[in-house]
Amino acid sequence: MKRTSSILAAAAVSVVIAAAGGTAALSAESADWNILPAPEGHPLPEIISGYDFRSPETKALQDDDFENPGMLWMEQGAQLWETADGPLNLSCASCHQDAESAMRGVGAVFPKWNERLGKPLNLEQQINHCRENAMQAKPWKWESEELLSMTTFVRYQSRGMPVNVQIDGPMAPYFEKGEELYNTRFGQLDMACTNCHSRYGQNIRSDHLSQGQSNGFPTYRLKWQKLGSLHRRMSGCMGQVRATPFKRGSDEFVALEIYLGYRGTGLPVEAPSVRH
Amino acid sequence: MAQSKPRIKLQKTASKGEIVTIKTLINHKMESGSRKDKDGKLIPRMVIHTFSCHFNDNPIFECDIGPGISANPYLEFNVKVEESGTFRFVWEDDEGSVYTAERKIEVA
Repeated sequence: MKRTSSILAAAAVSVVIAAAGGTAALSAESADWNILPAPEGHPLPEIISGYDFRSPETKALQDDDFENPGMLWMEQGAQLWETADGPLNLSCASCHQDAESAMRGVGAVFPKWNERLGKPLNLEQQINHCRENAMQAKPWKWESEELLSMTTFVRYQSRGMPVNVQIDGPMAPYFEKGEELYNTRFGQLDMACTNCHSRYGQNIRSDHLSQGQSNGFPTYRLKWQKLGSLHRRMSGCMGQVRATPFKRGSDEFVALEIYLGYRGTGLPVEAPSVRH
Repeated sequence: MAQSKPRIKLQKTASKGEIVTIKTLINHKMESGSRKDKDGKLIPRMVIHTFSCHFNDNPIFECDIGPGISANPYLEFNVKVEESGTFRFVWEDDEGSVYTAERKIEVA
């Protein structure tokens, strides 16, 4: 009796919220979630990692450091860190030494402003920038095993730390561009990121919508059966609305990534995460 | 790029007669043979077809694996240990590649 009435109460609450303007309809499923308060002026009323929207089995897979398939790439990253590459015979370790101390906090603050280049770089771009300039080695392709592994390995050093991407100062115009893109309708289906991701907790056809946060990327996506980058997922989103996706590493995707970093302020860096 | 080492989870010590759980995880695409590339051609099957485990050279666990098993296969099994020794794990795939790992266990 008590259980039925609480389900009805939750359903009533979600109906009211849905009627009120098409935002959150989390109801009973979010009882034990890690819901963070949103800062003043934030686009969301609360901040929730994609982790919480997944099934208990998927969460368990992410939480088990042995079984988490993303750890296979993390270990490759650790090996690559020590591996010399390029004519100068340097490895990441040659300059940065111990990753655990040198890279601590890095994964939580990217994309970051690069003074010398006069533009923001995201983590993949920073890694390739180091490779090309410091090591004179060839940059790795965006979705290559090497870049995915190294990006995950670097993010791993910030595991659990709160996302904190700078959006003011020189970053402001890029942040604003990202915010504009996030709210722009694209493609044949004429949909913007916000059309789905402001309705987290609801379903679009069979997809259970999350807030579309970036704190878990690169992620081991069960659909891909391997690690994939944030730009890959965003490409997929654009494909889903029948739009021509922006390219990996494009100014548009980096701007979006900056905006997503702000959207996820305070979320723990999850590396490697597991998603659908 | 180098295949990452297979992951093995196994306790380092055990008491005689204890049942230990062995967990294994290996990085492998496990191409099923049913997928098509963007030109519509079938991508050929390339999966790990056999996993075997020996303890002090005695076979103790073996299984045939097919394309129904997803990428980066996770296998878990239990073994009753009576003496100290070395576990040897072998994965073989359709291309003839062989991946191996070894772990020692001290049994008191």
